[in-house]
Amino acid sequence: MIHFLLLFSRQGKLRLQKWFTPLSELEKKKVIRDMTLMVLARPPRTSNFLQWRDLKIVYKRYASLYFCTGLEEKDNELLALEMIHRYVELLDKYFGNVCELDIIFNFEKAYFILDEFLMGGEILETSKFAVGGSVEEADTLQEVQEP
Amino acid sequence: MSPSVPLQEMIRAIRSARTQCEERGVIQRECAAIRAQFRQSDNGGRSHNLAKLLYVHMLGYPAHFGQMECVRMIASPRYSEKRVGYLGAMMLLDEKQDASLLITNSIKNDLSHSNQYVQSLALCTLACMGSAEMCRDLAPEIDRLLQSSNSYIKKKAALCAVHIVRKVQDLGELFVPAARSLLSEKNHGVLHGAVVLITQLCERNPETLKRFRKTVPDLVQIMKGLIISGYSPEHDVSGISDPFLQVRILRLLRILGRNSESASDAMNDLLAQVATNTDSTKTVGNAVLYETVLTVLDIKSESGLRVLAVNILGRFLLNSDRNIRYIAMTSLQKIVGTDHNAVQRHRGTIVDCLKDQDASVKRRALELSLALVSASNIRSMIKELLLFLSSCPPELKAQATSGIFIAAERYAPSKRWHIDTILHVLTTAGGDVRDETVPNLIHLITNASELHCYTVHKLYRALLTDISQQSLVQVACWCIGEYGDLLLKGECQETEPVQVSEDDVLDALETVLQSHMSSSATRGFALTATMKLSTRITDNVDRIRSIVSIYGSCIDVELQQRAVEYNALFKKYDHMRAAVLERMPLIEKNNSGNTNGEATRETLTETNSSKVAQEERVPPPPQQPAKQTYDLLDLLGGASEPLQQSPAAQTLPIITSSSAGGDLLDLLGGLEPTPAPVTPAPSATVYEKDGVTLTLSCEQQSDSSLAVTLTATNASQSDISGFTLQAAVPKSVQLNMNAPSRDSLPAQGAAQLTQLVMLNNPNKVNLKMRIRISYTRQGSAFQDMVQVDSLPGLGAAGHT
Repeated sequence: MIHFLLLFSRQGKLRLQKWFTPLSELEKKKVIRDMTLMVLARPPRTSNFLQWRDLKIVYKRYASLYFCTGLEEKDNELLALEMIHRYVELLDKYFGNVCELDIIFNFEKAYFILDEFLMGGEILETSKFAVGGSVEEADTLQEVQEP
Repeated sequence: MSPSVPLQEMIRAIRSARTQCEERGVIQRECAAIRAQFRQSDNGGRSHNLAKLLYVHMLGYPAHFGQMECVRMIASPRYSEKRVGYLGAMMLLDEKQDASLLITNSIKNDLSHSNQYVQSLALCTLACMGSAEMCRDLAPEIDRLLQSSNSYIKKKAALCAVHIVRKVQDLGELFVPAARSLLSEKNHGVLHGAVVLITQLCERNPETLKRFRKTVPDLVQIMKGLIISGYSPEHDVSGISDPFLQVRILRLLRILGRNSESASDAMNDLLAQVATNTDSTKTVGNAVLYETVLTVLDIKSESGLRVLAVNILGRFLLNSDRNIRYIAMTSLQKIVGTDHNAVQRHRGTIVDCLKDQDASVKRRALELSLALVSASNIRSMIKELLLFLSSCPPELKAQATSGIFIAAERYAPSKRWHIDTILHVLTTAGGDVRDETVPNLIHLITNASELHCYTVHKLYRALLTDISQQSLVQVACWCIGEYGDLLLKGECQETEPVQVSEDDVLDALETVLQSHMSSSATRGFALTATMKLSTRITDNVDRIRSIVSIYGSCIDVELQQRAVEYNALFKKYDHMRAAVLERMPLIEKNNSGNTNGEATRETLTETNSSKVAQEERVPPPPQQPAKQTYDLLDLLGGASEPLQQSPAAQTLPIITSSSAGGDLLDLLGGLEPTPAPVTPAPSATVYEKDGVTLTLSCEQQSDSSLAVTLTATNASQSDISGFTLQAAVPKSVQLNMNAPSRDSLPAQGAAQLTQLVMLNNPNKVNLKMRIRISYTRQGSAFQDMVQVDSLPGLGAAGHT
């Protein structure tokens, strides 16, 4: 099970945070601080895996954004890398050549896409087309209902 | 989709703020506006306002006043508002907030909504932040949705059920039938959800696990379908068809096959097929292979398959991708206990990974290398590890040093190698070793008596080069103090001879004493070593005397006390100095023993206690067996005596053992030292036969210890030789026999034999003693046994 998914920039600014375990605000802030410090301190050609407390941390850098997720002991780290990649592909498909600004100005859409891909810390839908399709349909529903 | 302009304008405004202060100002204004909007009744821009608040929340500003607004928006009939409302609920509310209970009803209603997207919002929120009560309330609803015909809803309901089972374990039973039937679905999303749900149920409940073992053939079928199926654009990732589903199925198979022969058999073929057919050029293929390897190693697989799995890991170790190397080492770590030989084959690669740039890889390589050290490869492994230690990152140093010590202790091929290794570690990373290293090393050195010369030369040289590593300096000082005479002699077979003069040695020790780098403990070591040298060197005793007297006014109380005491040794008790500062005997290190003597013995080699100074001045007599030292230390360590008494102890001639024993008794009694061992005490004759008489007398020494003196006389006409006494006592009583005063008994009582026996009776049991007497008379051996049920002078019960 994934415990959290964080997106932050090279300067350490948070762009997206998704938590799958109940934590207090203070604890969340601590985790964010620790993750940003640890991940940003990593030199370029090192492995994408870290150990932090009792979680495995998997992170990957895409352009100016770091995608950082915390896994449990039994989870497959290589698959987590694939999962991050799949999410980036979904964002790319939706926004069309996604960049950090898209995620900043349309953060709620990024969350909606994430909610169609992951749920409760597990992967919900393994088909790219199905996720994209659901989000588009939901958007259409929203537009239709808009006065 | 029309952009929410107000939101984007706000974001732009915040981003264009040039300073933190400006940003705070913008945000405060916006939050005030949002709060005002919330208070107003329904207007079209509610969702925009909440979205703005969520953005502000992500920047780290407080947003709790939006919680009620979330609750209101979730209840709204409009989808756009529901969407943002639920998003807000997931971000601002968690199960610890009271407001989260308020949305339970909304979720319940939305779960039965006609529109699947509204249902999915409710399911998603429940799975993200549902508390235990909410889960209990809504579980039946979720079970109903698991059986609906809509795949979109089914897959979401499955993961929602996973969350419910995590929160409330008992509800697992509810979902078992539905989960079972979901396995026959074609939709990958539903299938994936079903596999995750079954995994959760099986992990939590062993009963459920047994029931789901029957599904192994179905799972194998699904996997086979995925592997041999043609290209499916929907699920394909670099040539692998739906790797996410494959990995989850493999994980479930692992749980089902563990501890079950039949289940493991059913999946053997499949695992072999996956292991051989999966393309391992890309990460995704390696992810599937990795999961396969973990499964093979965990179930009861046949040996061929296991070998295949370990070989895959070996291939991973040689992969150019660092991630793959890292996980290979993690997996090898897990199996190094069980498949040790298989992992040994890859030892070379693992040791190479010690030199990798990546700190995570280095850590894994270190752990694995330490686990692979064995008697056959100890020399080469330690060489590699020592090389690693010199360039190792600081966070790994402590682990590396303790690992090296443990390995060296277990498999050291020779004492010299062991000492060399420890010295090497101390010079490289002396600051990161554990505290017990110093006494352990000293113990090791004392016991390697043939290497004293070599060791002291080496340590002296190390001391000359660098005095910053405290542990090394402490050991060096101790050795120079003990074996200074060997150092000065200059010749040594093992290393090149070097001419060391007394002045050089004293210079070195003085440098340590005066250096600001030396800790208080180290200086204590150096001072004691200087003092010890006063008996080992001949010319510069005056220099030592002056050093010692200088430190008599040192600010450090510990050093001052030592210096004053040593000064006293020079002035008043100079005749005893040689005896006091004699060489230490072999230390018996008993790891399990908790007796008082052991504890005090080990404090001999530890610093930081003034007791050490006291005990060092009480040298055990050289030829004594260890038991004598035990008694000595035991009796003197326990008593807190002023300085005067211990020099008094040293006036005892330490020649005959029994007299030493006897003097000990007197010392404790506070009497003047007398050579007579037999003190007047009630005695009883316990044995009388053939002219041989044995009398026994006891004296209570302390609360639990007792001194028993056995006296034998020979009243017959023939001489007796080889007279020995053996004694046995009840189990909880500790016994120590001192050497007898003589071993022959001349005829007609010309001389008598005395032997002292020390008893320690902590449990105050009834004291009995069985004594066996054996001797030779006129060429024939004789043996007899006598039981003493009550010791005289103690009363009938055997204890006072």
